Amino acid sequence: MFARPRGGRGAWWVLGGISVVVVGLLGLALGPAGPTWWRVPLALIDRLPLVSIDSGVTDAQWNLVWQIRAPRVVLAALVGAMLSLAGASYQGVFRNPLVDPYLLGVAAGAGLGATVAFAVNREATSTWTIDPVPLAAFIGGVIAVALTYTIGTAFGRSRSATTLVLAGVAVTSLATAVQTFVLQRNNDVVRQVYSWILGRLTSATWGDVRLVLPYIAISAVTLLMFRRVIDVMRVGDDEAKALGMNVNLVRIVVVLAATLGTSAAVAVSGLIGFVGIIVPHAVRLMIGSSNRIVLPLSMFAGAAFLIAADIPGRILTSPSETPIGVVTAFFGAPFFLFLLRMREVRS
Amino acid sequence: MNHLTLRNVRVEYGGCAVVSNVDETLAAGEWLCLIGPNGAGKSSLLRAIAGLVESSGEVQLGGHILGTLSSRQLARQVAFVPQEPVLPDDMPVSDYVMLGRNPHISTFGRESARDRQVVADLIGELSLSVYARRPLGTLSGGERQRVVIARALAQEAPVLLLDEPTSALDLGHQQHALELVDQLRHSRNLIVVSAMHDLTLAGLYSDRLLLLHQGVGVARGTAREVLRSETLAEFYGVSARVIHEDDGTVVVVPQRSSGES
Repeated sequence: MFARPRGGRGAWWVLGGISVVVVGLLGLALGPAGPTWWRVPLALIDRLPLVSIDSGVTDAQWNLVWQIRAPRVVLAALVGAMLSLAGASYQGVFRNPLVDPYLLGVAAGAGLGATVAFAVNREATSTWTIDPVPLAAFIGGVIAVALTYTIGTAFGRSRSATTLVLAGVAVTSLATAVQTFVLQRNNDVVRQVYSWILGRLTSATWGDVRLVLPYIAISAVTLLMFRRVIDVMRVGDDEAKALGMNVNLVRIVVVLAATLGTSAAVAVSGLIGFVGIIVPHAVRLMIGSSNRIVLPLSMFAGAAFLIAADIPGRILTSPSETPIGVVTAFFGAPFFLFLLRMREVRS
Repeated sequence: MNHLTLRNVRVEYGGCAVVSNVDETLAAGEWLCLIGPNGAGKSSLLRAIAGLVESSGEVQLGGHILGTLSSRQLARQVAFVPQEPVLPDDMPVSDYVMLGRNPHISTFGRESARDRQVVADLIGELSLSVYARRPLGTLSGGERQRVVIARALAQEAPVLLLDEPTSALDLGHQQHALELVDQLRHSRNLIVVSAMHDLTLAGLYSDRLLLLHQGVGVARGTAREVLRSETLAEFYGVSARVIHEDDGTVVVVPQRSSGES
């Protein structure tokens, strides 16, 4: 009697997991340098316990795969999963499919933080153990959202999701204005800031993975735990309240969890657009709008999408790299229009 | 036996009272219909009982003050069907009815076998089995109304609040919906409080009427006691003929203003 039996959902889970593994292997195998692509899976098998085969991959080539490509693939998976999951969650609690994870000013705040970090003497901070750019971006993103939330809930009885979104627009404008001012005063870092804004996984290290993993894990687990009640919110605030939900509390927790994860993702990857909108949309088109399945599958799909989007960026314009934000937007914008068209046709 | 008691219930919006000093007591299985012109406070009173707006005074059910309950506890006592429920177009009927089990499922929990059984039973009882897998967007107005009522019943609350339950339905579906509510309140011993504009239907199905005017209860009692030409003229500002049928039915027929052809 209940729609979409568990078996059907299970198939999607399996498909999502397989997609991430397959695309991840491609991400490890493909690149402008290193071993021939088909030797990489053999090398991975060779590293398994109790297994020994001749993969033909030298230690130097393995180092390139493991120290350069692997953290990049893992970071792309984490960032893609987080942005998609955060996007799906925001869209669920605001009941607006066009909301993205940057809604409440995370992007602008992180951009401002990164700009300030670039503008401060980079030579002086080059010896720091922790790169100040992701740290500043994270702090900037969190401050911006805290500001948005403070403003958005400061107006007594009129507080609502709309007020919060409008506050986000205001904070975004403010942070962008300050960022522009800082950039104008520091012309020499424009290129670096611009490169960061377009998104970057080029310099990903295992250290970056370790840095963001706890935040993303906490955020993802929290959001997934709330996926059933986010589904209840599809009937609107009033009816959800009448069904026994503390709507405001759920919305706050979900927004904060999504923001924490997004801030961490943005801090190490820069601003990668479209993932948070198009991936949940694509998932909804495939399996319907139930947030109970959209949230976890968006996570898988986002991970696979961003790993895949990172591959052409490193191959097509070798030896230089195309920023991943350019790739996601290049494919994302037409895909987004395609989805809108599909929706129109369906309706 | 559970009684729903309203004592001095008052609702204010921006310092302006929209419901004032309403007192009522309803026994289990009783149906009270709130009537009154637009803006009389009918919906606000229902929302106050459901805990969706701030109110003063006291709403008690079986000796428990509803205002002291958590939203989850309250939803186990009071089910509310709004005038224009939000029905996500692509949500299957069975999933939608399952939303009514939310008060019985912990925030991070999943539906139990009992939750699934309750929903399956309701879908069968309300003759929704053929629609169970269909998306809500494909249902007609009458089918949607049954589904919304099924969701409310899934809460297994002893009080059912209905805000204009028939406003979007044709005559046949209005009758079907109200017959269904009437049958369910008897079989489940529900306390029903509804807001309705159709005075004839209100009198036909409910046990008692409460006429609200500017938030104040100005007349109460059976249809025969409340639905009177002079009362309607005073509070609705209309000329209406009230016909008392032999079987006890009270029919309200609006009359055209004199001088018009």
